[in-house]
Amino acid sequence: MWLRNNQVPALAGLAAVLLCASIALIFFYAPVDEDGLNQKIFYFHVPIAFTAYACFGWGAWKGLLVLWKRKPGADLESYVAIHQGVIFGALTLITGSLWAKFRWGVWWTWSERQLVLFLVLFLFYSAYFMLRYSLEAGPQRENLCAVYALFGVVLIPISLLAIRLAENYIHPVAFNKHGPQMAGSQFFTFLVSLAAMLALAGALYRVELLGKRLDQRLRELRELLA
Amino acid sequence: MSTEEKYVAAVYLVVFAFVLLYLVIMALKLTRLERQVGELAELAKRRAGG
Repeated sequence: MWLRNNQVPALAGLAAVLLCASIALIFFYAPVDEDGLNQKIFYFHVPIAFTAYACFGWGAWKGLLVLWKRKPGADLESYVAIHQGVIFGALTLITGSLWAKFRWGVWWTWSERQLVLFLVLFLFYSAYFMLRYSLEAGPQRENLCAVYALFGVVLIPISLLAIRLAENYIHPVAFNKHGPQMAGSQFFTFLVSLAAMLALAGALYRVELLGKRLDQRLRELRELLA
Repeated sequence: MSTEEKYVAAVYLVVFAFVLLYLVIMALKLTRLERQVGELAELAKRRAGG
């Protein structure tokens, strides 16, 4: 009961605990492998990328609910999830560029399918906001935005599989068909970091949704009082 | 601090800065909402009084 009434503080608290735990595990538990200290970037970069995929997927699911069940509020939830996805996507690109600059000596390389496909996914969902704000609020905007959110989700498996389908790649492969390519302690640390990022995204999603709903209700109240 | 350490620190700082920036944006939004609620409460009081 308490949890149902206090989802946002519970999620924010969980995110704070998991983030602290993941940082402690990254620097004091997970071993430094042959890649050196820069491998520690992996524990934030990959969970952030997976969180971006999860946000886009959640946004598409809410978009499907708009079209299928006409669920009230699903359009706003889809918008907020995609907004979170774009933020986490930008963080993926920044952290990835920092890693690449040290490891490859360049900030970006166009020859890597994984990178280019992630950029395409990021730009596709960034364009969602242009579509949304170019239309009047109403059922037509809800439908168009939902269809757009659903189209983008197709890019997620392509982006994930891109590196596995590439013949010559330099981007490291942490997971293949044989499972995670890392020690047990590294995989555990990765899982805690992934849980931390998902909890952080969940908390931010809830906070933003609360703010947007409050904005909407205030607007309705102002119209009633005017 | 070695170059490698600087890059690792930069990644963690970027994430930390993002969380802080989000907090600032949310604080600004809450301030605006509080002001709007105050204006609406004032308007409702005037309506009730008049």
